[in-house]
Amino acid sequence: MADPQYRAAGEGALRVEPLGDLVAIFDRRSMQTHLVVAPMPEILAALEAGSCDAATLAARLANDFDLSGEGDVRAIIGERLEELAGMGLVEQV
Amino acid sequence: MKHRTRIAVGPVQFRIGSSWGAPITALKRLYVGYPQDAGRPADATVRLFAARPWRRWLRPSVHIGGDYIVPDALPLPLSMGLLAAEMGMNLQVALGWRRHLLLHASAVAKDGRAVMLSGESGSGKSTLAALLGEGDWRLMGDEFTLIDPGSGDALAFPRAVSLKNEAIAEIEARVGADRLGPLLAGTPKGDIRYLIPRPDAIAAMHEPARPALLIFPRFGGAPAIERIGEGEAFVRLTEASTNYVALGEAGFGALMRLARETPAFTIAYPDSASGMAIVEHLWAEALR
Repeated sequence: MADPQYRAAGEGALRVEPLGDLVAIFDRRSMQTHLVVAPMPEILAALEAGSCDAATLAARLANDFDLSGEGDVRAIIGERLEELAGMGLVEQV
Repeated sequence: MKHRTRIAVGPVQFRIGSSWGAPITALKRLYVGYPQDAGRPADATVRLFAARPWRRWLRPSVHIGGDYIVPDALPLPLSMGLLAAEMGMNLQVALGWRRHLLLHASAVAKDGRAVMLSGESGSGKSTLAALLGEGDWRLMGDEFTLIDPGSGDALAFPRAVSLKNEAIAEIEARVGADRLGPLLAGTPKGDIRYLIPRPDAIAAMHEPARPALLIFPRFGGAPAIERIGEGEAFVRLTEASTNYVALGEAGFGALMRLARETPAFTIAYPDSASGMAIVEHLWAEALR
């Protein structure tokens, strides 16, 4: 079975504000506030380039971050995407 | 209702009605020095009523009602009617107010800048603010502080200060009897006595202050001060706000700004004197 594809929230749906060690995200659709830490904000930002699966997203992130020594990056990102989908911040296509 | 009054505290105009005269008389005495503006429409309504019509005479007990009700709120005996009225005023603001972000915090101000003390009941926020307000600080409120979402300023809500248990004697030693309400002994919250804020604090109640310091006090244990980050301050403030969710993005923006721009600390203190000393110390540091 192919890896699931995810899509970012629409433009303007999220208000993302760094807050010291945390990042606060206000979801204008649900009016919910989420507090997250790395790599969640980075994943959300990378997904804005277009819907994709965990492997493609890992490749995009590898362009900006040194992911060597991070273990199975694809699996980790797959789990984080699932969690973000659970919060309603990304959507499984 | 048979007995009624209006009270303006900061931006909130209360309309209070009661089945009995005693709580209204007691309220009028506490709030006699507050500015009156009977022509202004009421923002919040508090009703103190008998559970059944005959209970008004038989065994008077006060139910608290108004625009918002808490279904399981216990009725209080009529001797605690003043407490019921004050609880009703708190309740209506905590549940109904939308114009400002509401924080469960006491506040004092100096030179247009505010120190906010946020904590649960028993943290000593009320007592510390009351004691500081008897010194060279302006008392802004002992229970709630309002944040203007547009400007980020703190607005005063200087209701009569609810002194509890040991705090009563501490304040009695400093102020005259004319500034104190009747002793309400053995309420569900312990002994309570209301303190009327100083006239200068009441006169200045419409003057906003810039938040300069956020303190999360804990009463008990050795004196301790710990600086906390913006993220933790934000989380604590969301917990301290009664209307954060209702305000939507305006509330998010206001809390974000408060957490980013205001140095925040948790403190522990064994007695009022050391608590006040810690606040003064942090204030001196914040001014640097």
